[in-house]
Amino acid sequence: MIASIDIGGRLSMQALQHNWVTNLGILSMVAGGITLLLVLTYFKRWKWLWREWLTSTDPKRIGVMYITVALVMLLRGGIDAVMMRAQQATSVGAHHGFLSSDQFQQVFSAHGTIMIFFVAMGLMFGLINLVVPLQIGARDVAFPFLNATSFWLYFAGGMLVNLSLAVGDFSAAGWLAYPPLSELAYSPGVGVDYWIWGLQIAGVGSLLSGINFVVTILRMRVKGMDLMKMPMFCWSVLGSMSLVIFAFPILTATLTMLALDRTLGMHFFTAGGGGNMMMYVNLIWAWGHPEVYILILPAFGVFSEVVATFSGKPLFGYKSMVWAIWAIVLLSFSVWLHHFFTMGAGADVNAFFGIMTMIIAIPTGVKIFNWLFTMYRGRIRFATPMLWFLGFVFLFTVGGVAGVLLAVPPADFQLHNSLFLVAHFHTMIVSGVLFGYLAGLTYWFPKIFGFKLNERLGKYAFWCWAVGFSLAFIPLYILGLMGATRRLDHYDASMGWQQLFIVAGIGVAIIALGVCFMILQLIVSIKQRAANIDKTGDPWNGRTLEWSTSSPPPHYNFAIAPEVASRDAFWATKQTGAAVNKHPAYESIRLPKNTPLPLAIAGFSFICGFGLIWHMYWLAVLALLATITCVIVRASAQDNDYRLSAKQVEKLETAERGL
Amino acid sequence: MNDKPRTQRFSVESYVVGFILSLAFTLTAYVLVVQRTLSRRILIIAVTILALAQFFTQLLFFLHLGRETKPRWKLLVFLFMTMIVAILVFGSLWIMYNLNYHMTLQQMYQYLNNQGDGL
Amino acid sequence: MSEVITVASETTQRNDRTVFGFWVYLMTDCVLFASLFATFAVLRGNTFGGPSGAQLFSMPYALTETLLLLASSFTCGLAVLAAQRRRKDWVLILFGLTFLLGLSFLAMELTEFTHLVHEGDSWRRSGFLSAFFTLVGTHGLHITIGLLWMVVMMALVLRRGLNSDNVRKLALLSIFWHFLDLIWIFIFTVVYLLGAIQ
Repeated sequence: MIASIDIGGRLSMQALQHNWVTNLGILSMVAGGITLLLVLTYFKRWKWLWREWLTSTDPKRIGVMYITVALVMLLRGGIDAVMMRAQQATSVGAHHGFLSSDQFQQVFSAHGTIMIFFVAMGLMFGLINLVVPLQIGARDVAFPFLNATSFWLYFAGGMLVNLSLAVGDFSAAGWLAYPPLSELAYSPGVGVDYWIWGLQIAGVGSLLSGINFVVTILRMRVKGMDLMKMPMFCWSVLGSMSLVIFAFPILTATLTMLALDRTLGMHFFTAGGGGNMMMYVNLIWAWGHPEVYILILPAFGVFSEVVATFSGKPLFGYKSMVWAIWAIVLLSFSVWLHHFFTMGAGADVNAFFGIMTMIIAIPTGVKIFNWLFTMYRGRIRFATPMLWFLGFVFLFTVGGVAGVLLAVPPADFQLHNSLFLVAHFHTMIVSGVLFGYLAGLTYWFPKIFGFKLNERLGKYAFWCWAVGFSLAFIPLYILGLMGATRRLDHYDASMGWQQLFIVAGIGVAIIALGVCFMILQLIVSIKQRAANIDKTGDPWNGRTLEWSTSSPPPHYNFAIAPEVASRDAFWATKQTGAAVNKHPAYESIRLPKNTPLPLAIAGFSFICGFGLIWHMYWLAVLALLATITCVIVRASAQDNDYRLSAKQVEKLETAERGL
Repeated sequence: MNDKPRTQRFSVESYVVGFILSLAFTLTAYVLVVQRTLSRRILIIAVTILALAQFFTQLLFFLHLGRETKPRWKLLVFLFMTMIVAILVFGSLWIMYNLNYHMTLQQMYQYLNNQGDGL
Repeated sequence: MSEVITVASETTQRNDRTVFGFWVYLMTDCVLFASLFATFAVLRGNTFGGPSGAQLFSMPYALTETLLLLASSFTCGLAVLAAQRRRKDWVLILFGLTFLLGLSFLAMELTEFTHLVHEGDSWRRSGFLSAFFTLVGTHGLHITIGLLWMVVMMALVLRRGLNSDNVRKLALLSIFWHFLDLIWIFIFTVVYLLGAIQ
């Protein structure tokens, strides 16, 4: 029936026809969505959802939403990984596995895209939202409305990528969509367009967050907290956000140019017409390399907090840690060519970038030594966050030296696009970024939710991840050295690779077990929360300001601005045994109101993206106009805040403290 | 350290000087290019210098950069940006032109002439 | 008493943060334009048998556009001074003038684009032309947004007068407008002037 109504564009019933694998995926997505709707209805939580979450401008709420979406996307990306391992373990010789070549290409494209843009970025921004304002003694971020908009744009981008599973196809051009494959001639369908617009929308969200947190950290620290007294996590976030603001515009420009090629017949990167495909590769990696440092720096920041807390000592070499962060930030803009050593540049260009790549390993090494020196002669507690750190130290070092090997251009000529490369970057991202953010989640969970996570299950999850990851990826280093290239959906039996692929498959199964333990941990912890309440707000004997608030903190974080005179401000307060002021002088507090506009802006952006993808330009234009209208409405609004009077604050505080 | 809030007052003079200087730089560059009295190389350098001069003029007289009180975050972010832009633009140019390093002259002619069956 | 001072300094601090945040956003926009400039520089020779810049662009035309935009940047600066001095009539006149000059610039640019397309030298013709239309077009899009913003601001000023909220927003608009003229310096130089030399 829909096919007979002309809505313009290229949308038709055919977009809903899929193979059994995809249909299974759609089924689970739909089932999950329906379950959520039923649960909300049964417990009558729609108003609550709207008031407390969907229209909230509180970074603590926004952070939880980021992390929730990211963890759900982790499941989707993880299932993609399981499918790839299953395919590569079985698709040998006469057997061709259960995925067709086209399906396999969509799977690895979706896997990479989802993991980088929606899992890693989501966990990162989630933790930053939850922790940074508290650590700097602030009540909010610099631009709360923009903050909410950033989250909803991230969500809209993710929803476009998820929609592609059900309506049409996803891109089969890899997570970076190189032309000419990603150009209209070789990818005429909607897949690449879904990829472009999902990322473009989410990318704008990231950029706005970058601006937000740079201003927040530079301008909203509590009085007394000089930059050099700031927690190391905040320094790492400042570095990462500085990278965001200067790298993401490159992505925006490049995605736009690819979209213009595909939509308006331009010739930026086409195979003829005066296009230069290599310029795409150049630009996308000029963004892409800073991107990986954007992801890792806050993870390093988490480790700095965790190692100091669980060693009972201040972080060793604070100054050198700060210098290492900025060395990484600066250098990360000077190495990007190492992603395409083989594209044809001469020896001088390759040598320059090779040397810069080797140099950038040095500040990271400095950081690792500083963490180890922090542990030296400390009283180490092996809580779950500390275990994630230890797993990181071993695995990341292995992956790091593999990286230094790849930095040598002649070596890279052999290993480029082999499974050695795949093993290297997974080691960095999983043991670095993911372990770091999982450590952060475990560490800060009690602060946000008021009760601790089950330690035993957390440890089981960690061991499954550490062992599973090693089993999944060490074979890939070997396979790469044996000549196996990436993205293969089938290979000859004579290669002798199958056994190693089977080992890798076992590794992924163990990781999947680890994920199950994490889900179990969440369920059990919630059930047992009454027994694990964090009564003091300081469950780990922490050092930084966030631990001085209640768990969870009040909406406004601090009723009275904390006094800061040194690093590890909270630790200092605990040591001097400063008396709690029973009758503090409360002041009125200004807070941003809830608003549905961020959700609306993202919703209209989603519709605009959908219209562009399916060539329903009337829809795209209407949605764009609606988005602009929302922006103008907001820009013209005057009354965006409300005030809690001093008396109201006093009431909330005394109720909280039970005085 | 958090900044103390401040309001800055700029005068009409700032804008008039900026306008006149920008006008001068623009017209000079234009006349130089249209008249073609200078050699190609010198002309390119001259035009570039005039553009940069106008850029800094407007930065100073219209955007008042550098006149903020300490800490000079706006200036720092601006300098960082110019560094990134320089790396991006000149790095890309260096890379893209170097990608033809291994091509012979004949191969390059062939490549340029075979752009006919384009997609 | 101290409460009043706190509120006032709170407002000033927030205003400063907004100006700084907007400045940071403009820095990101510079990197966006830099990506487009880099692409233009790489593709400027890729004319695919079609015309080059020297053959297509009229120098007097480009100069006129440049002078219009420069003049509008000047009037915009004066308009903000008037706003700081709470001279509502001058604000409306000067921003109105800025708008007209900006609109003339945009009209000239659209005319140039239309002419090129009619001649068959559209963005589909070659990599060079794709880069040209996108670089100059993106700047034109920013100009359009600026003009729209001016209309909204004038409506707000007429409705609510020159309160501190509007004065702050006008300051942001003027920074944006100055920045667009800065970008145009490079477009004029790299696309038109250097294009004529090559």
